[in-house]
This record gives sequence, structure tokens and C-alpha cells, in this order.
Amino acid sequence: MEAQLELPTRNAHFSPRLSEERFPSFNARLARHGLHPLRATGIEVFQINVGKLCNQTCRHCHVDAGPDRTERMTRDTAEACIRALELTDAPTVDITGGAPELNENFRYLVDASKALGRHVMDRSNLTVLLLRSQSDLAGFLADREVEVIASLPYFLAERTDAQRGAGVFDKSIEALKLLNRLGYGRDPALRLNLVYNPTGAFLPGDQDALEREFKRELDRRYQIRFDRLFAITNLPISRFLDFLLETGNYERYMERLVNAFNPAAARAVMCRNTLSVGWDGQLYDCDFNQMLDETVAFGAPKHIRDFSTELLENRRIVTGLHCYGCTAGAGSSCGGTTA
Amino acid sequence: MSHYYDEHDLSRFGDMGRNAPDLWDKFNDWYQATFQEGSLTGREKALIALGVAHALQCPYCIDAWSQECLEKGSNLDQMTEAVHIAAAIRGGAALVHGVQMRKRNAQLSM
Repeated sequence: MEAQLELPTRNAHFSPRLSEERFPSFNARLARHGLHPLRATGIEVFQINVGKLCNQTCRHCHVDAGPDRTERMTRDTAEACIRALELTDAPTVDITGGAPELNENFRYLVDASKALGRHVMDRSNLTVLLLRSQSDLAGFLADREVEVIASLPYFLAERTDAQRGAGVFDKSIEALKLLNRLGYGRDPALRLNLVYNPTGAFLPGDQDALEREFKRELDRRYQIRFDRLFAITNLPISRFLDFLLETGNYERYMERLVNAFNPAAARAVMCRNTLSVGWDGQLYDCDFNQMLDETVAFGAPKHIRDFSTELLENRRIVTGLHCYGCTAGAGSSCGGTTA
Repeated sequence: MSHYYDEHDLSRFGDMGRNAPDLWDKFNDWYQATFQEGSLTGREKALIALGVAHALQCPYCIDAWSQECLEKGSNLDQMTEAVHIAAAIRGGAALVHGVQMRKRNAQLSM
């Protein structure tokens, strides 16, 4: 059998003592199910992370984003993204951050992607829509029929604010009402999906059941409507890893992820059909690898300026212990469950 | 064994299948079927289980079902109400036996 090629993680937050020695290799687990080495099956989602600048500082953020972060995608890199996008048949462009709307090239990326006939998704923290500097943002998104993927971990203030900061829940509700007024969540062309992240060291429950609960409660309490709810598992990296370690939850959380490994979810992991571009043009298999500084490897070009569909569409995926987060239970991806 | 309860024992629950696997399988099948969505949702069943766990004062069950309630989307208000129901039933169960006490008193007293 091929040697286990679990790549060492370079993230300073990720303690080797607590990881490689303690839990079974992800690649070994893949091998047991005939999935090693994991390979991409194409590029259907062209995900662009424009940087770490954000108007919020959420406790679980895997990007470690915040108002003081200066990493931002330049116009040159944004244009290189569009040139690369043109070389692919990827139907979807997924723009994320930080708060991606705060990047000066966000609107260029939206317009240029739409001009190429691609569907565009904006991963929004919602509160950015209320910033004075972004007063025309909601209208901009609606005019271009940009799908909004909005973070809302719970339908009550206490748990939402505990994760995302004091007062965020009330502003998020105000922003959702604004989007509803513009037709989001009501007009089929204006998709409004919510992202549910557990507000602690536990896994998300059944996505459909959570969606029913959120729809009922948000409608009953605030008359808010949305399309789908995506239940996303918090991966043990960056700030969420800090939380796990500080609260003594790390080992048990990892045990739950490892014990819940689902081969069907592993077959459907998002990295197989996604390419993730970092703010500086580096290429990654997913946004999580991006935050661990694990670029694509195994002969694939590492920068957007060297983009090659041929070398990237069936590239071998770089994996690590954090990948157990996407393969636990019903699976997890930027689009919710996968299995 | 320095103490009776150990949180790591919860993950060893499956060891109970070693010497009576048929019985363990029957228990597992029934247990899993019980918690499938039915007339009650999975979230409602988890809240009932949390209440029962407190009535039984089983630390393993409280641990497991607190987590399960959170995963199924319940919040602390709902979970606290479930515990109050368990406590109220336990309290009521003690109190209603006072009727027996009163009857005995009537029987014994002049």
C-alpha cells in the first residue's frame, strides 16, 4: 500500500501533539474505502477568497478575519481570476472572505463573472449590508441576481451574538428583512440561503430538520423568508480550534468527527469539484486548506497566473486531519450536507 | 477503579455487546428505531430524552442528550424547560405519596 501521505499541517494553531499521534490518518481512512488518493473530478465551483478584512470578528471564524486584517486581493489578481475563469466551464463563482463585499474589487468580480455567464454567490455576513459605505450593496446584488449565502447560526440573539459578536443578531435580522423587501427569498431568481454553524463544540443536526425549524421560527418571529439552510460543520482550525483547546473540548470533538466518518460524504467532498483561490492568487483545494497555507500540490500549478484547467481539474487533493470535518455524518461543504 | 463514573466510559458503551451480541443488537435496533422521526420530531424526542435523563439522574445520558439536543437545534430555554418537567414530575411523584402518608396517619391516629 502507498505510504500514508498525510501532509503535516503548518498552521501554528494546530498542535501536532494533539493531532497526528492521537487520531488515525485521514488518508488511511480514505484508503480503507478505496478513496485514496482523493482526486478532483472537475472545477464546478470557482471559489475566490478576496481577503481577510471583515467588519465582524466571529469566535468560530476559520479565516481569522476581522477589521484589522490587511490581506486583500488586488485588481491584478482579480483580473487574473477572471482570465482563469474564462478558461473553465465552471458554472458557479463563489466569492468569500472576510466580508468579501468590502474588497474594492468585489463588484468587478461579480460583473466580470456575470459577463461570462456564470452564476455568482456572495458569502455575506449580513451586517455588511447595513454599513453606511455599503448602502447600495443590497440593490447591487439584487440587480445582478447574485445568490446570497448568509451566515445566521441561530434564530435567537443569545446564541448568534455569542458566536458573532454583541448586537450582530439584531442587525442580521434587519439585513434579512432588507433582502426580503428586495425580493430575496421570495423571487426564484433571488436566492437567499442561510448558513447554520453550530454555536459550540457539537456537530450540526439533520439539515432538513434544522431548515424547517429556522423557517418556522424566522417567519413566526420576524416574518423573514429564505430558500435553503446549509448546515456546516465547524472545522478544527484557526479560531474554532482555539476555542476547542481553551475549553478542553478538542479531543472529544475530534473523536466525534473521526467516529462519524462517512465514506459517502468522503466521495462527495466539495474539494473534488471546487478550486479555491486565495487573496494573493495562490490556489488551494478548499477554503480550509487555504487557511492552513496548504496550497494545491502533486504537480498542480500553485498560483492563478499559472492556471491550467488540464493540470487542475483532476488534481490530487491535499488532505489533513481537519478533513474529517467534511466527512462526518451527513458531510459538510460550503453548500451544506453532501451525503 | 478510583471512582464509579468516568466520562470516557460513555464511548465504551458498545463493549456491552461483547458477551451478549444478539441482545445488544436487539437493543440497538429498537433504540435507533425509537429515535427516528415519527409523529414526534427528532428534536422533540431528544428533549424528552433529556428530561428522562435528568429524572434518572444518569450522568452519561445527561452528557449525551445535552449534546444531542444542541445538535438538533434546541436552545437552552427549551432544554431548561425539559429539565423542569422532569423535576416537576419527580417532585409531584414524591408529593402525591403524601396522600398515602395522610391515609396511614388517619388509620393510626385517634
